Amino acid sequence: MSDDKLTQFAKKLETLADAMRDTLADPELERRLIGLDRDNINEFGYDSYGYSPEYVRRIVPLATLVYRHYFRVKTYGVENLPVDGRAMLIANHSGQLPYDGAVIALSALLDAPSPRMIRSMVERWVSTLPFASVFMARCGQVLGTPENCRTLLDQEELLLVFPEGAKGISKTYDKRYQLQRFGHGFMRLALEKKAPIIPVAVIGAEEQAPSFYNWRWMAKQLGAPALPITPFFPWLGPLGLLPMPVQYHVHFGKPLSFEGNPNDDEGTIGRMVKRVKNEVRELIHTGLNQRTGVFR
Amino acid sequence: MAKTKKTKRPTALVTGISGRLGRLLTQELHRTHDVVGVDRRPFNDAPQDVTMCRVDIRSRRCEEVFRTHDIEAVIHMNIMHDPRRSDEEHHTFNVIGTQQLLEYCVRYRIPKLVLLSTANVYGPSPRNQNYLTEDALLMAGETDSGIRDLVAVDMLCSTFFWKHPEVETVVLRPVHICGSVHNAPSNYMRLPAVPILLGFDPMVQLIHERDVVRALMATLRPGARGVFNVTGPSAVPLSAVLQLLDKPLRPVPHLLFEPVVRTMFRSRIWNFPPAELDHLKYGCTVSGNRIREELSFKPEYDLADIVAIFRQGTSSNG
Repeated sequence: MSDDKLTQFAKKLETLADAMRDTLADPELERRLIGLDRDNINEFGYDSYGYSPEYVRRIVPLATLVYRHYFRVKTYGVENLPVDGRAMLIANHSGQLPYDGAVIALSALLDAPSPRMIRSMVERWVSTLPFASVFMARCGQVLGTPENCRTLLDQEELLLVFPEGAKGISKTYDKRYQLQRFGHGFMRLALEKKAPIIPVAVIGAEEQAPSFYNWRWMAKQLGAPALPITPFFPWLGPLGLLPMPVQYHVHFGKPLSFEGNPNDDEGTIGRMVKRVKNEVRELIHTGLNQRTGVFR
Repeated sequence: MAKTKKTKRPTALVTGISGRLGRLLTQELHRTHDVVGVDRRPFNDAPQDVTMCRVDIRSRRCEEVFRTHDIEAVIHMNIMHDPRRSDEEHHTFNVIGTQQLLEYCVRYRIPKLVLLSTANVYGPSPRNQNYLTEDALLMAGETDSGIRDLVAVDMLCSTFFWKHPEVETVVLRPVHICGSVHNAPSNYMRLPAVPILLGFDPMVQLIHERDVVRALMATLRPGARGVFNVTGPSAVPLSAVLQLLDKPLRPVPHLLFEPVVRTMFRSRIWNFPPAELDHLKYGCTVSGNRIREELSFKPEYDLADIVAIFRQGTSSNG
């Protein structure tokens, strides 16, 4: 039966991953992974959101390879990440597929002075996808509802929020590095939970999958938030989902703290959101001026 | 044993007593209460001190039970959820039956009413936050028409809680009850080979049937009132449960399986409600903090105990 073949295939992949892990065994990486350990893992190896440290330990070696040698990520201002305690990272979102989230998470694991685990707030469409939904959950990503956000901040976690949401990630190539409308929800939560905000700019992701058209009608039929047409997708099928080897530059800004009433009117909250948006925009500008090219 | 003591014991009325959970509850309840049971099904090996009234909850004779007994608590678990029965039957039995019961509670000044609802009323959905609290919206009816009357019953009792403060109303919403009971999660785990949806692995919460009985007993304490989620051991991915269960898995692609189940259900070949597939896809985890804090209820059975029920089941059958 094909099911048996599938399970066999899954087993093979697993052994491959294990072999990879052995060859990539790196004491420094091991030390950093241990730094992520937390005490709310149950006896089956999961936290209450389905995060599995064991799963992360398996995929991180491969992800590190991609991070270091494919995207050749450079981080700036990574010391702005708090060593402990709650905070919200607010970043620009782009690139059709959320590789930017993965790169930010890896930079907090690999390049931060002390490794931090990042929990990003995920679009609900992801939970309807097979495999992707499980992958995201096992890596510690959480559905982005205000209630989840509150609980995680109370647990002193480091959250990653893309306030542009689907609008940002699916924008076409001509709109690269132009910030889309920021949602206001993150600011209300930051005020309520007194969480500092760290602006983040991701340079590179905006060019990884240059989309020249967003086929909204088809996306609606498929129930997806967007359907980008790029030089590679959908022409090359699943291969077209791979990003181009752009160089990533991740800039972390200085933490900002805000005070105010979380239930204030849209205008007041909007002004604070604008301050964060300007910070992100400035980081993007410095980042763009600093880099010498898209691929190097 | 009860007759040696002359002090009068409170009387509790249990609807749907002949179900498996009803029987388990009776074992506990008849130690402290005089139990009056209402069910149209027989309760053959009932303890001797249980007064059994074999009436349909919808019939007029049900009121007779309230008239002739001095009832101090009503435990309502007479909820039917059986895809083989018609919608009309479901509606009159569950919704109209409950409405009548609520009326009797007011008319005969019953001090306490406990409804055994289910955490499924929140409904599995990709939009669900993790750990829904008691005030979350009951979205289950959105996709699953079979569960709409359970949502209606839950809402009837929650509104009753506000309308009639003189009755201590409790609505319990336990997560998937596991054990000898014949509900979907238990039947699912009793299968010789367990189907799963390829690429999906939601967080699930299970609770041992005896823990549900303990939660019901806890609500009978004077002063307990309100809506409570009831949770057992901590939530784990479905795959972790199935791994413990140690049965062959049958992963099926959902894009193929869902339409098949839907057509089979529509043409009455198989009575598995397609909406219930969502339980294998999306999480519907609830927070049990409230009952822990207010009624100091803690589950006694862990996941290994729950899984053990089904492992024994297979070895004795096959």
